[in-house]
This record gives sequence, structure tokens and C-alpha cells, in this order.
Amino acid sequence: MSIQVKFFASLREQIGLADSIIEQASTADEVWAIATDNAERPDNMLVAINLEYAKLNSSVSDGDEVAFFPPVTGG
Amino acid sequence: MAIIISEQIFDPWKLISKHQQQSQLASQFGATASFIGSMRDFNDDHEVSQMVLEHYPEMTQRYLEKLEADAKRQWPIIDCLIAHRVGHINPADAIVVIACWSAHRRAALDACNWLIEELKFKAPFWKKETRNDSDVWVEHNTSG
Repeated sequence: MSIQVKFFASLREQIGLADSIIEQASTADEVWAIATDNAERPDNMLVAINLEYAKLNSSVSDGDEVAFFPPVTGG
Repeated sequence: MAIIISEQIFDPWKLISKHQQQSQLASQFGATASFIGSMRDFNDDHEVSQMVLEHYPEMTQRYLEKLEADAKRQWPIIDCLIAHRVGHINPADAIVVIACWSAHRRAALDACNWLIEELKFKAPFWKKETRNDSDVWVEHNTSG
């Protein structure tokens, strides 16, 4: 199993990591815990799985891309 | 329908004009509504000298395409343009352009308004401002 993990913006700087690959997880929450070594999770953090918004308890599968990022501020 | 994500500065008025001139459907347009967002040199009582706009490239493209498709389902718009800057931005630069074309004004106006609100609160872009001597991530958009 291989899951690609990405971090963006302020979250990337806080974690000190832009991307990572983990070998095992069943939910996005677990992906966060493994990829960040159980770093504290911001309450307002957003999650995307395969480029679509998802929830922390959403399931992940082999080959998925899971991204974590802060509230968006474009426009 | 078009999505433009650009690291280069653009002239928002020229983008809209060029898109309209090149449209095969221009003879059906009765209304054009547009929104242009530009960079201010202040935010929350701080002076801002420049900004970096980061995004999640693959998701951004997909999300903006989804917004255009959703808008077209909700309103009888004939054509739509969304352009957004990324990278280094200076005060007065245009950041975002949304233009909607329809046969009558209501659809174009409502779709344009909906698109900018959806983009601002859901499309994966993040602003980092340079204020005096420090760089600060913008934590939230203004409500209106």
C-alpha cells in the first residue's frame, strides 16, 4: 500500500514537510497521524482525497493522494 | 468556458474582451457580468508590500472547472471565464477575474456573484502577505 501525502501553505510550514509517502492507513485522520508523527491537528484544517474535499474519517486506499491544508484565501 | 491560472501579470479587461471576441457564441450574448479582484496595499490595518499566492495546482484546475459546470447547471449562462493569479503579486495587480455571459442580465449577474463567493471560500488558493518585515499567511477571507 502506498499513499501520497501533501501539505500546503501555513500547514506545510508548521509541519516542516511538503509531501510524504506512507505505507499504511485506513482513514485520512490516520494518514495525518502517521505522516506527521502525531502532530497536533488544527481544528480548521481541510482535507482532500484525490483532489476532492473529504472528511477526516473518510477512507483511503492504495494509490490515493491525501492533502491537508488550512482554510483557503484566494480571490 | 475557460480557466486561466497564471503566474504572469494580466490585464483583466483585455482578458474579458479577448474571450468575448473569440467566442463562437458572441452573437447570443445579451449580458456580460464581471468581477475583478485586485491586490490592496493594506489588510487588517497593516501595510502590505507584496504577496505570494500559493495553490494546489491539480485540485485548483479541477475545482474551478467544477464551479463553471455547477454555475452552468444553475443558470442559463452561455459562456464563462475564470482567471486567477498565482505566485508573486504586487499591489494593484489583478488577482482574480470572473466573467459570465448570458442572454439576459439576471443569469449573468447571479452566476458571477455565486462564482466569486464559491471561489473565495473553497478553491485551494492561499495568500501570504509581506507586511513590513514579516511574511504572514492570511488566515481567512473577508465576509464581503
